[in-house]
Amino acid sequence: MKRLRCLTFLILSLMLLLMWLPLWMLVTGSFMGAGEVSDSIGAVLGQREGYAVWHLLPQYPTLKPYVELLLDTPRFFLMFWNSCIQVIPGVAGQLIIAMPAAWSFARFEFPGKKALFLFYIALMIMPFQVTMVSSYLILNRLRLMNTHLALIVPMLFSTFPVFIMEKSFKTIPLSLIEAAKIDGAGEMRIFLHIGMPLGASGIISAGVLGFLENWNAIEQPITFLKDKALWPLSLYLPDIAMDQLGVAMVACVIAMVPGLLFFLFGQKYIEEGIVASGIKE
Amino acid sequence: MKQKSKRVRREIRTAWVFLLPSFTGIFVFVLLPFLDAVRRSFFEAMGGRFVGFQNYRTVLENDAFLLAVRNTGRFILVCIPLLLLLSLLFSLMMQHKGDFFKVSFLIPMAIPVASVALLWKIFFHNQGILNHLLIKLGRQPTDWMNTDYAFLVLVLSYLWKNIGYDCVLWLSGLSSIPGSIYEAAAIDGAGEFKKFIYITLPGLLPTLFVAAVMSLVNSFKVFREAYLVAGAYPQNSIYMLQHLLNNWFISLDIQKMCAAAVMLAAVFVLFILLLHGLNRNEVEE
Repeated sequence: MKRLRCLTFLILSLMLLLMWLPLWMLVTGSFMGAGEVSDSIGAVLGQREGYAVWHLLPQYPTLKPYVELLLDTPRFFLMFWNSCIQVIPGVAGQLIIAMPAAWSFARFEFPGKKALFLFYIALMIMPFQVTMVSSYLILNRLRLMNTHLALIVPMLFSTFPVFIMEKSFKTIPLSLIEAAKIDGAGEMRIFLHIGMPLGASGIISAGVLGFLENWNAIEQPITFLKDKALWPLSLYLPDIAMDQLGVAMVACVIAMVPGLLFFLFGQKYIEEGIVASGIKE
Repeated sequence: MKQKSKRVRREIRTAWVFLLPSFTGIFVFVLLPFLDAVRRSFFEAMGGRFVGFQNYRTVLENDAFLLAVRNTGRFILVCIPLLLLLSLLFSLMMQHKGDFFKVSFLIPMAIPVASVALLWKIFFHNQGILNHLLIKLGRQPTDWMNTDYAFLVLVLSYLWKNIGYDCVLWLSGLSSIPGSIYEAAAIDGAGEFKKFIYITLPGLLPTLFVAAVMSLVNSFKVFREAYLVAGAYPQNSIYMLQHLLNNWFISLDIQKMCAAAVMLAAVFVLFILLLHGLNRNEVEE
């Protein structure tokens, strides 16, 4: 028994290392000068012969890449701004539209509800490429191709947040809603004053997951945005010039900050939200 | 009786009022264009002549399509059971340990795709760290990204990224099983193994549906890393449906894309119905 416990602890620690190491590498890498980055990983980027190496700590730590990125790369800021324009309204709209829908699925009975909900789940599962052609057809018809809206509009009607929120709305005790009804509250009031506050974990969880998902959008901008001036931050790194390698690691770290912040803030809620989605129907 | 039916009708109306924004949007931006795609899949690209199932036949006879279907199917069949099993195992391991483990396992979710792709190169490139280590140990280096090992790398990266999410799901499932059942079983003399088989596993069945659906959703997202690392034409074993459809899109093969999209959508709907049917049976039993 004791040996088993030791083994468990060992395996978990090893996994912990696997989870933290990449984060550690990115953060420490951002304090390397351009020369050191090139020495370490130039080999894998086709710059030089030999093999990549990685020191656990930068050998010549410097803030120069940060200064360089902040002062000399307007393109980074443009793309950061593009990401904000696309993701923040997109996710906010997604939540606003999904909330009442999830509430409806969780609270009411109506004919065809089961089938419709399955349809929503099917839409959620389909990879972007399956709906790509139909999205393209409609975006093209509405002349939205190659605008920020080409990314925002499809985001609005994602069914993923409906799925997540429905579960957490369902955990709200029915007695509470009945009590509010007896007090004369209308359906809208019940939704706004009971559903939203008590289902907050699901809403926040859907928000954080939606943010992470869209902040990392790769396929959508590549397919729907021809004009590189509209590209979001997620495409900065893949598109970066080799002579700017020094700032690449910093760009990685800065791109990660919003996600990590949301994550830290929302971690408790994400968990509750994920948990709610695991509770049986 | 009449009163009741009035109430029912009002409930239905309210339900649809709440659903309306979402449903209208999906109808206009997803359903209608999809019907358009269905229509187009039966017509010729130029001239718009009705060709029946010709486009479908072209797609089904396309070697790249078959390769992509095989690879995607293989990826799903390998990854999802593996992820579900491993995450269940780790959840059992960290069940009564602090939150630190759980949070740590969720970190990979927050790391941007582009950064993951860069790290991937650093490790698995022909001149990457892994080969460097192998050489130092006196072994032969392997070209991870340009041999069938690429598939393995893709599997590992999927597991790494998604294991935390599934663990949280399992942990919630585990905590929803009342402790009193275990106590009762212990009094009846059941061992750890028996308790696991007869109490834990059945208690986790409801979680399985959600975990499987989420794992499937996320399995299509590894394409991002694969695309950023290896481009539009990666090594054969990781050439997925996403690569293929992307490439058809770039060459504006709308007819082929429509036919493929219709078939794939049908597969997904069937799959969901199947999964739902299984889930319902299991929960009801």
